[in-house]
Amino acid sequence: MARHTLTELIIARAAKAWADDPEWLATGITPVPRLAAGLAKTLYNPRLMITDGENWFARDPVPLGPRGGFEPVIEGWAPYLRTFDNLWNGRRHAMVAPVQIDRYGQTNISVIGDHAQPKAALLGARGFPGNSIHHPNSFFFPAHNKRAFVEGEVDYVCMAGYNPARWPGGRKPFRLELRLILTNLCVMDFGGPDHAIRLVSLHPGVSFEEVQDNTGFPIHRDGGETPETPAPTDEELAVIARLDPHDVRATIIKGNPPGRPEWG
Amino acid sequence: MTTTFDKRMSIDDIIASLSDGMTIGIGGWATRRKPMALVRALARSKLKDLTVVSYGGPDVGVLAAAGKIAKLAFAFVSLDHIPIEPHFKKARQAGLKVWEMDEGMLHWGLRAAAMHLPFLPTRCGMGTSVAEHPDLRTIRSPFEDGEELIAMPALRLDAALLHVHRSDERGNALILSPDPFFDELMARAADRVFLSAERIVPTAELGLPGNARFHPFERAVVTGVAEAPFGAHPTSAAPDYEIDMKHLRHYVASAESDDAWNAYRAAHVDVDQAAYVASVGGADAILAAPRPVY
Repeated sequence: MARHTLTELIIARAAKAWADDPEWLATGITPVPRLAAGLAKTLYNPRLMITDGENWFARDPVPLGPRGGFEPVIEGWAPYLRTFDNLWNGRRHAMVAPVQIDRYGQTNISVIGDHAQPKAALLGARGFPGNSIHHPNSFFFPAHNKRAFVEGEVDYVCMAGYNPARWPGGRKPFRLELRLILTNLCVMDFGGPDHAIRLVSLHPGVSFEEVQDNTGFPIHRDGGETPETPAPTDEELAVIARLDPHDVRATIIKGNPPGRPEWG
Repeated sequence: MTTTFDKRMSIDDIIASLSDGMTIGIGGWATRRKPMALVRALARSKLKDLTVVSYGGPDVGVLAAAGKIAKLAFAFVSLDHIPIEPHFKKARQAGLKVWEMDEGMLHWGLRAAAMHLPFLPTRCGMGTSVAEHPDLRTIRSPFEDGEELIAMPALRLDAALLHVHRSDERGNALILSPDPFFDELMARAADRVFLSAERIVPTAELGLPGNARFHPFERAVVTGVAEAPFGAHPTSAAPDYEIDMKHLRHYVASAESDDAWNAYRAAHVDVDQAAYVASVGGADAILAAPRPVY
């Protein structure tokens, strides 16, 4: 296997999140999800629609950062009104990077602390509430720790999750479907009992205990040995390099560690 | 009988026509096509206790720093490339009263107001903290599905402040940018609508019907229009000019201390639009801002 970074390993694995989606909009917010969406469209699912990050559907994924002479081929119009219409219609799968997530998959990008007078005011709920109940969502966390994977509920629930106490009449919101969680330690999904967060694979050199020690709630683990997150292929690494010519991905995880600890 | 519909006003006359305690909608989105000349005039006015409705950017930050906002109805406030709006952050952490909602709920509340409906049903917000807001109610679908939905109340605006690229003196306006955002709904949701325009031109120069797609609403909703070249700066009014990142960084630094804000305010807020343009390097500097990369 070619030498690669941990972030590249995560991007390659994250891309598989969209591999079997229908002809939907793939949205990746922040660099790692965006590179993963671009990789998914390039190698696994050319049906995916993708935007240039602004107002246009691009035929091919647009590289991160200054584009030199590159001009994307535009294949459609994507103003916010249309983005809402498309997502309310359900034809989208987003991967986002919240600051907190809880045992129910409820996520937060609004505030840390009390909502009336927060310790830290962040962005606000943005489109998270609507996204969460209209189309599938996946998540990326560059630093898996107890500040991100919180005990109890997140400080402000921006995305609905598998917490029936918050569902009107106990009825699951229309299209609530949480898919994957990727972190610097592991890959998880919502496949445990009652959609509990479940370990899918561990990144090379990471133990289940390390994941659990950095999580504020119990992680479900199926019986048997947990697989290792697969290394990116040469083809995947080449596409990632092309989509990220300025190596933004090197700045995402602290210290930009290698994909295998023995390469450190 | 010949009637003229000359709706031209000055920026300051527009602001002078507003009152304390009003609910004001501000068009644009984050760092794009914000009516900043009007916002700055609002910031330097004596108006107080405003409820601001916005897909927020530096409009919210400037008004928060100037102490104008009694309550903010919002889904986010951001400078895009600089994710956290520093003046908003400061005000919010000091306890600024907010009604936080989903982007789509804000859209839906404006649409309800635009249609003179008391509310519109939506799923947006279901199962989240935004559903806990005391002004929200739920409603059960009267059809077989029986689904419980949020009744998003109409967000009626006393006034909307919008920035457009072109207008004639009657308020026939064009928004030429690639995304018109929700200005059209704000215009219909408001009792009075005030435009700042890059240029006020004779009707024939609007280029209609060729530009029909860029004509967002009827002149009947427009109360007044002020010519304000570069009236969206430091946000963009593409294709005429782009975001001024250099100035935005200077603006962000103004949140570091009271002194920094006072200096910013004296140089860039407590001045008229012509002096403002000069204070940020003049027309050539604004036009030289490169197209941003997202």
